[in-house]
Formats: sequence, structure tokens, C-alpha cells
Amino acid sequence: MVVQDYRAKRLRLLSWCLALATTAVLGLLLLPLFLLAGVLSLLWIGLPLLAGVTHLTRRFADYHRRVLGQWLPSPVPAPYRPLPRGVIPAVGTILRDPATWRDLAWLVLNPLLGLVLLLLPVVLFVLGVNSLLVPLYWPLMPPDTLVVFGAVPVSSQAGSYFTLLQAPVAFLAFWLATPPLMRVYAHLNRFLLAPNAAARLTARVAHLSASRDDAVDTQASEVRRIERDLHDGAQARLVALGMSLGMAEQMLATDPAAAQRLLTEARESTRQALTELRDLVRGIHPPVLVERGLDGAVRALAVTQQLPISVDIDLAGRPEDPVESAVYFAVAELLTNTAKHAHATRAWVRINYGLGRMVIVVGDDGNGGADTANGSGLTGVRRRLGAFDGTMMIASPPGGPTIITMELPCALSSPKTSPSSATG
Amino acid sequence: MRVVIAEDLALLRDGLIRLLNAHDFQVVAAVDTGPDLLDALLEHRPDVAVVDVRLPPTQTDEGLKAAITARERVPGLPVLVLSQHVEQLYARELLSGGQGGVGYLLKDRVFDIGQFIEAVRRVAAGGTAMDPEVISQLLAKHTLESPLGALTAREREVLGEMAEGRSNSAIAGRLFITEKAVSKHINNIFAKLGLPPSSDDSRRVLAVLAYLNG
Repeated sequence: MVVQDYRAKRLRLLSWCLALATTAVLGLLLLPLFLLAGVLSLLWIGLPLLAGVTHLTRRFADYHRRVLGQWLPSPVPAPYRPLPRGVIPAVGTILRDPATWRDLAWLVLNPLLGLVLLLLPVVLFVLGVNSLLVPLYWPLMPPDTLVVFGAVPVSSQAGSYFTLLQAPVAFLAFWLATPPLMRVYAHLNRFLLAPNAAARLTARVAHLSASRDDAVDTQASEVRRIERDLHDGAQARLVALGMSLGMAEQMLATDPAAAQRLLTEARESTRQALTELRDLVRGIHPPVLVERGLDGAVRALAVTQQLPISVDIDLAGRPEDPVESAVYFAVAELLTNTAKHAHATRAWVRINYGLGRMVIVVGDDGNGGADTANGSGLTGVRRRLGAFDGTMMIASPPGGPTIITMELPCALSSPKTSPSSATG
Repeated sequence: MRVVIAEDLALLRDGLIRLLNAHDFQVVAAVDTGPDLLDALLEHRPDVAVVDVRLPPTQTDEGLKAAITARERVPGLPVLVLSQHVEQLYARELLSGGQGGVGYLLKDRVFDIGQFIEAVRRVAAGGTAMDPEVISQLLAKHTLESPLGALTAREREVLGEMAEGRSNSAIAGRLFITEKAVSKHINNIFAKLGLPPSSDDSRRVLAVLAYLNG
């Protein structure tokens, strides 16, 4: 699709060729800055300059990653290690990051590649246009000159018409050569701009340790919350219950009416303890998730909402319990957000599975504007999914609709068979 | 009255048996798995069954599934489903056959023995017993703009009691009003919701539940 798209727009490609060739040459200006910063760094005063130049270079390279990504099968990710706070630690990281040196190599090689690969389409196009124009402006040329236009030497007005024959050839060459040249240019750039295996592993390790920290934090605060809820709730109620029963036991013979009041109180206490335990259990792992799996649990969630919610789930089996639970709570949080903020008239949940990934889409026709900044709930969802290497994309322009897409790598087990139907 | 009980926790099963025996029920079978429940229901055709939603061997909603399957084979077979949690989805599935003789209560409701026994008898007689929790969730789902918004506070109260499955006299007793007042409220409710009036108690309840579920 992308390929067809850019083949159709040769003139846009031509302008990109010119623009990229220009930026490739402009990039050379960064090299003396680097050199200067390097020399001055020996005197310390160059350190902020070095950080600044690196920042500029990275922005410059990021721009190319974005632009070139549109002609490649997949986007070009940035390879940089995250920078710590403070100039000196930042410079240390910059110097140790191989991506810095690859960027420098790229700054040098890019103009060479650019001048060959990007200017060829420009040359072919200009040759084509010029070939059409030669017969027109030949009379203006000084007499008795011989000029070679492309492959055609011209020395007279009559001879100048031969360039017209050359025009279609030049245009055809331009038409055919530009997309592959562009692609080759993009691929060669990718080689230097995209992270190599080591950088990818480094980034992966950084991501894993961050998400592990998040997961451990979340887990720890959950356990603390559960402990507090049990301590202040059910445990306290059971103590009160025991007291009521003990007193009732004592009073049974002497004051049966008071004993009965205490027993009623004890019953009420038990009921409240159960209600609290039920709410607690629902927050840890909803029973309906155990009984019905993700499909049934999301449907059960949908029927409790005021908004009409269409649910479309296509899973051939059940994922692992933790994944199931994370997805359930993510959907619950998003639907709560919808109910609270979106002013929607309907919402939908779609869950599919393919290529080892579960894809969950939650959308509504409300007024949009959802982002992770104003709703900490979304940040929580992203963190929860992060523990499973899951991602969340939010598309919520002002005016709506809001469509949130979550992806989670996971495996599905074969569906449980139901013995109650097997006996039928 | 003959009862089948399905509950996997021995403590609760024995408690239920004791409770029901003490109130002139005869427990003809007490089972602890989904497949056994289905067999027992089809074999004994009890006057009423008291069933836990979650049962072995899978520890999923086997009790509910067995009850629904049994009611498909024996239409109107009275089943009272008990659970540690209530789900509107389950209530909807139990009611989807459009037939009475069905109940869905939190296990806590057993505490109020009088009410619980009344609920079992009501289900056995073809009526319904829906947990107040289910009903309040259903009522909360309807916004102010819906026809429910036009009900007075008292009418909402009566609607809630009726949806739980209570008869006019029981509602009158609980709200401290006369039976005549109750039936007047119910007529108003039916008119406001645009439901066809009906003199049959259990059919009326099912109509209200269908409306709330819609």
C-alpha cells in the first residue's frame, strides 16, 4: 500500500530528493561543531556545548528517521540510551553510547550517499525538461557552438530537434529509477540510523528493568491495600461479631430480649463483613473472570454499564490468568473513563488474537480528548500492560471519537471443555 | 417438598440440609459437582433445587450451566441459584427462558432464615426471587430520562420489591402500607412504563424484570 502510494507521486518524491540532499549537506555543518565541542571539552567549558550539539544531531537524525520511515516497511526506531539528569553524567552517557558514534559516521556518509542517490532523479528530471526546451532557446545561443545535452551533441537549430527524442527517455528513466533509488537510500540510511543488535538489547534491558520495577511497585501497593482492607474491614467485623455472640451467650438466661438484639447485631455484622470481602475479592480477581474467562467477564461488565456497549470477542482459547486479569482491569478502567468523561451515546469493545498477540480495542463516540496527562487511570493501564510487554495507543481527537488500542503478546491455551455438557 | 441441593463446600452443604430439613423440606439429593447436579435434577425432578453457581470439577459456573440446561429439558423446573457474588449477566441468562420458578440470591441471604425459606417456597411455587443487589443494579442502570424517571419515590420502592419477586401482601407488609395501596402503585407503574396490565403475580414480575433487563 505504501509502495503504491509513493510510486504514484513522483513529483513529491522529487521534491523530497532535493530536500534530503540539501539537509544531507547541511548536516556537514554539525561536524565542525562536534570538533569544537570535543576540543573545548578538554577545558570543561565544552561539555554543555557537546551535550547541546549531540541534542541537535539527535533531533536532526530523528527527523530523518521519521521521513525515511515512510518509504520503509517499518518505522526506524531511535537507538539512544536514555540520558541521566545533569550535564556531566549526560555527557558520559553520550560518549559511551555507540549510537553517538554511529550518528557521526552517518553525518559523514549521508552527503555522499545523498549526492549520488538523491541527485540522480533530479538530474534525470532536469535533463528531460531541458531536452524539451533546447529547440526553443537554441536561437539565443552564440553561433557556431557545440553543446552536448545528455547523449545528444547539438551544433545547429536543425540538430537541436534531436533533443526532443531524448526527453521521453530521460523522463522514463526518472520515472522508473526514482522509487528504487529512494528505497536504496532509505535502506542504507536505516543501516546507520536504526539501533543495531547491541543497542536493541540495551534498550530492551532498560525497558524490562523499568517495567519490572513498575510491576513490583504495583504488586507491593496492592498487597498493602489488601492487608489494610482486611485489617480494618473483615477482621474488625469478625472481632465485633465474636463479642456480640459472647455477650449474647452470657445474657441468654438472664435477659433473652437483649440476647436476641445482640444476635441480630451479630448477623448484620457478618453480612457487612461478607460484603466487604466480596468487594475486596472483586478488586483482586473478579469471580466472573474465573467462571467465564475474559469473554464472559467483559460481557458481564458491559451489561452493568448505563451506556449500550457492543462486545465482540474472538479468542480461540484462554490466555494465562495474569494476562486475562490485566486485560479485564484495563477494559474496566477504560469503560469507567468513558462513562465518566466521554459523554458518549455508545461504546464498543473488540478483542482479537493473531500472530501471538492479543489486540483489544475500546472505543466510544464521545467528545474525545482522552490522554494520559489528564487521566491518571490511563497511565495506570499503560503501566499494568507494560508488565506484559503490552502497549496502548490512544486516538482521541477533540470532538471524538476515542479509540484506544492495546496490544499484548501472549499465548492462548485450548479452551476448557465443559463436563456438564459432556454428560448430556 | 422435595429438594435437590448442589454445594461443594461440606460445611455449607450440611448447613443447608439442616436448615431445609428443619422447615419441612425433604432433601432427596445433595451433590457437589456440575455433572452430578444435572443427573440428580433430571432423575429426581425435585419441587425445587438450591444450587451453588461455582462447582467442581472445573470450579467455574458449572452449577449455573447445569441449572440452565436442566430447565431447557424440563421447562419451569424450579431452581434457586446461590452465589458469593451476583452478576447481572447470570440473572439475565436465568431469566432468558421467560419462565418463572427461578431465583438468584447472594449466599448472605441465607442469614435471614425466614426470608430465605419464603424465597425457596416462592420459587418452588413458580415465582421468582431476585437478589436486591441485582435489582438495585438494574434500577441504577436506567437514567433519569428513561420512563423510570417518571416514577415517584414510593413507586420505585414498590417496583424494587416487586422485581425481587414479592407478592402484593408481602410488599404491603414490608412497606407498612395496605395491599390496596400496593396494587394501586403497581397499576401506576405499569401504566408509566407502558407494560400491559396482568393480574397474574409471577407473570407481572417477569414482565418487570424483562423491562429492566432490556
